[in-house]
Amino acid sequence: MAFLDHVAILQVAVPLLAAPLCVMLPGRHLPWALTLAVSWFTLVCSIVLLAEVSAGGSIAYHLGNWPPPIGIEYRVDAINALVLLVVSGISAVALPYARRSVEHEIEPDRHGLFYTAYLLCLTGLLGVTITGDAFNIFVFLEISSLSTYVLVAAGARLDRRALSAAYTYLVLGTVGATFFVLGVGLLYMVTGTLNIADLAERLPPLAESRVVQAAFAFVVAGMGLKLAMFPLHTWLPNAYAYAPSLVTVFLAATATKVSVYVLLRFVYTVFGHEFAFIEPVLAWLVLPLAVIAMLAGSVVAIHQDNLKRMFAWSSIAQIGYMMLGLALASASGLTATVLHLFNHALMKGALFMALGGVMLRIGAVSLASVRGLASEMPWTFAALVIGGLSLIGVPGTVGFVSKWYLILAAIEKGWWLLALLIVAASLLAVIYVWKLVEAAYLQPAPQDRERVRDMPPDMLIPLWVLALANIWFGIDAGLTTSVAGTVVNAFLGGGS
Amino acid sequence: MSLLGHPLLLILAIPLAGGVLVACTGRWPNLREAVTLVASVLLFLVAYRLMEEIGSGGRPGLVLIEVLPGLPIALEGEPLGALFGCIASGLWIVNSLYSIGYMRGNNEHKQTRFYICFTIAIASAMGIAFAGNMFTLFLFYEMLSLSTYPLVAHKENEEAKIGARVYIGLLLGTSIGFQLVAIIWTWVAAGTLDFEPGGILRDAVPPAILPILLALYMFGIGKAALMPFHRWLPSAMVAPTPVSALLHAVAVVKAGVFTVLKVVIYIFGIDLLAETGASNWLVWVASFTLVTASLVAMTKDNLKARLAYSTVSQLAYIVLAAALASGLGVLGGALHIASHAVGKITLFMCAGAIYVATHKTEISDMKGLGRAMPFTFGAFCIGSLSIIGLPPLAGGLSKWYLSLAAAESGLVIAVLVYMASALLNVAYLMPVVVLGFFGRPDGAPADWQHEPVRLPWLCVLPPCITAVLCLYLFVDGDSVIALLLPLME
Repeated sequence: MAFLDHVAILQVAVPLLAAPLCVMLPGRHLPWALTLAVSWFTLVCSIVLLAEVSAGGSIAYHLGNWPPPIGIEYRVDAINALVLLVVSGISAVALPYARRSVEHEIEPDRHGLFYTAYLLCLTGLLGVTITGDAFNIFVFLEISSLSTYVLVAAGARLDRRALSAAYTYLVLGTVGATFFVLGVGLLYMVTGTLNIADLAERLPPLAESRVVQAAFAFVVAGMGLKLAMFPLHTWLPNAYAYAPSLVTVFLAATATKVSVYVLLRFVYTVFGHEFAFIEPVLAWLVLPLAVIAMLAGSVVAIHQDNLKRMFAWSSIAQIGYMMLGLALASASGLTATVLHLFNHALMKGALFMALGGVMLRIGAVSLASVRGLASEMPWTFAALVIGGLSLIGVPGTVGFVSKWYLILAAIEKGWWLLALLIVAASLLAVIYVWKLVEAAYLQPAPQDRERVRDMPPDMLIPLWVLALANIWFGIDAGLTTSVAGTVVNAFLGGGS
Repeated sequence: MSLLGHPLLLILAIPLAGGVLVACTGRWPNLREAVTLVASVLLFLVAYRLMEEIGSGGRPGLVLIEVLPGLPIALEGEPLGALFGCIASGLWIVNSLYSIGYMRGNNEHKQTRFYICFTIAIASAMGIAFAGNMFTLFLFYEMLSLSTYPLVAHKENEEAKIGARVYIGLLLGTSIGFQLVAIIWTWVAAGTLDFEPGGILRDAVPPAILPILLALYMFGIGKAALMPFHRWLPSAMVAPTPVSALLHAVAVVKAGVFTVLKVVIYIFGIDLLAETGASNWLVWVASFTLVTASLVAMTKDNLKARLAYSTVSQLAYIVLAAALASGLGVLGGALHIASHAVGKITLFMCAGAIYVATHKTEISDMKGLGRAMPFTFGAFCIGSLSIIGLPPLAGGLSKWYLSLAAAESGLVIAVLVYMASALLNVAYLMPVVVLGFFGRPDGAPADWQHEPVRLPWLCVLPPCITAVLCLYLFVDGDSVIALLLPLME
């Protein structure tokens, strides 16, 4: 069937083509409706793709029928099918929620432009994930980054600090992307190819080459910036805190995940983790940084008053978990990373959506402003608590599943201290989540605040879809663990 | 048997369904309380039937869902869990009656939330009682911590906030910090988390390391209130008294020591512990907790605080019994779960009744009050005597076996501690009774001295019922012991 043959390209082409169309649409509702339709379409595409590759195969799609290395190849296997599902799934769930939130936070005459930037960002993230061409990754990375700067800056209507946040992100993001393309250029210099599968074949004999090693350094540093690996995280807290709610939901749940995916792809497919120069990098650089991120991110989160910033810092800690699993380079560790890619998207999606609802109702998201709010917005805060418990890693939530594998990986290696540090980071999460719980449930509401109603149903339903997904995939982790298992086999078993 | 009617499923479904119905009927308090009562009676019937089935040798099992490969949420009935489940669900009936009297008598706010959380807590306790593997147990263990948090924080004032913070911090902290690590370690070492008679760790963990793993479990099971992680229990006393009565004398703390026994019997195996001596250090820690908590209890003038420290001490009895790593010890520990449960719930319900009637919380203010509230103080007296271990009350039976186990082990320290603490029990429990009946109030005469005490009958009757239960458990001790005998093998 024609649709099935071309799913891979439609996945990216439809949002790309919808973007210019969106600029031309008048009013506020049409751009939103178009974006919603496109998001749902991409979700269907990624479900189709995941169903095809979950057994362990891969799909190759040659753009314009030009076979690689001349043409660009899209290649889908279990890992990027999962990331595609995360990106399109979060977008599809967030869009119904977006309408009121965007109406509240964005100037009425700019909705078309806002949704255009959003569609481009979606295109970029999906493109980075699906393509099998290293340079093409850079192109899509820039598409998503440039649109993200715009999206973050769109928060300026509510808080002017969004502008400086966007500017910082722009500078650092550009540095990151440039590093990445330098790395890709070096690889092209020594191998003569940009196709990831070809690179993977041609690199092993060149492992001793300084150029290849330099390329690896550039790729890791570049992606480290994009995914906010400690200490390259400085752009993230402000970008998340001051972006419009929809943008924070979407970015927190997807953007860093896509960068983690690219890093996984380069470390495990393109280079191969047993390269003599990569192992020590993972063990002596990435792993300690991941542990520091995990602990420091949580400690800083405890001291935040702005809740969006608090959860942004928590994201830095959670990215530490993902990098830790990646650096452990064992089956359980990688499983933890892959699971956490998915699971963290569910947690942070739910948490930031709930905060977006608070923003809509009371116009602020600080600890002081949510005092006593739980009795007025019970459904929002119940979902917030579920997301928080998941963040802590309470059994029965997705956070537990990731943490299980991460601790398992540490204990399997006999690294007891590491296992204890992981649980210590979870306990730090208890502290900042409980600060929020106590403020919302146990403190009296400030006198000067008017009573508010809970979020409207069209925002609550997407929020609860994510909140319940946190529980569902925590109790029945069969789907996610089987996909993760396929990924790990491909990375550790069939790899170079 | 069809899945829907499976008693192991019902044991979870009844309280949870009760919770949903309570939420729906929140507007009509009488209907709401009827729902709680019906659910508790149904639950007890199912638990009782399960106990009968298990008593006659049955081992019903049910796998609900496989969470991770090889790690299902599985339920399985065995004697220890059957006893715990039966006690907790049976006392839930009595406590539900009492809750009605207490909550209404005190005009407490947010009663619907209170009853909903109660049903979830009971469901969690049932899940712990009938967990088929350590993973399932851990799931329900955390569910119990979280569902009781709103109950502890019920008053929503500064004191409740701080108390609840200590409560959840210590319970979550120990369980995630130590217990989870221990569970994953067990999983890595043994390749399974199923509860199996004789344990799963033989040959899986080197004997020299066993004490460390045991320590991770024992301190990780914060609900057993082993010092220095016992602070949450006194903190939990800010909760309304029905919560202290059922949860912090029965469900939550007993879930803790129950888990201790489960781990000792089915994860480590008594024989393995006895051979390797891995639990010797625990004898000292438990003894220390036992004596220290008793001494602290004597210094407390607040009745509920005194009872809380008494609970810490009584829990250490059971941990000490587990540390003895013998069949008799396990039997004594299991019996003490039951006997302390009925005894302590009586004391708490009496304390609550006193509070409802007079708003007195300090023991020194209760001089002579026994003459005005004879039934309440009578029940308190029986409960105290049972906890002290006087036959023919339930505590006499369990302490008998505990002492036997200590004597059999040949550990002088254990024998001494059990003897000394019985005296300490007398020293901190009997003054309440004696002052109540024979004391002479000092200072200005209180209201209750010149007009009769007004007390809802639902606050008076329940402690009397449980006081009778103290007697019954001794008289019918044979059948309980018969149920538990398979544990000793």
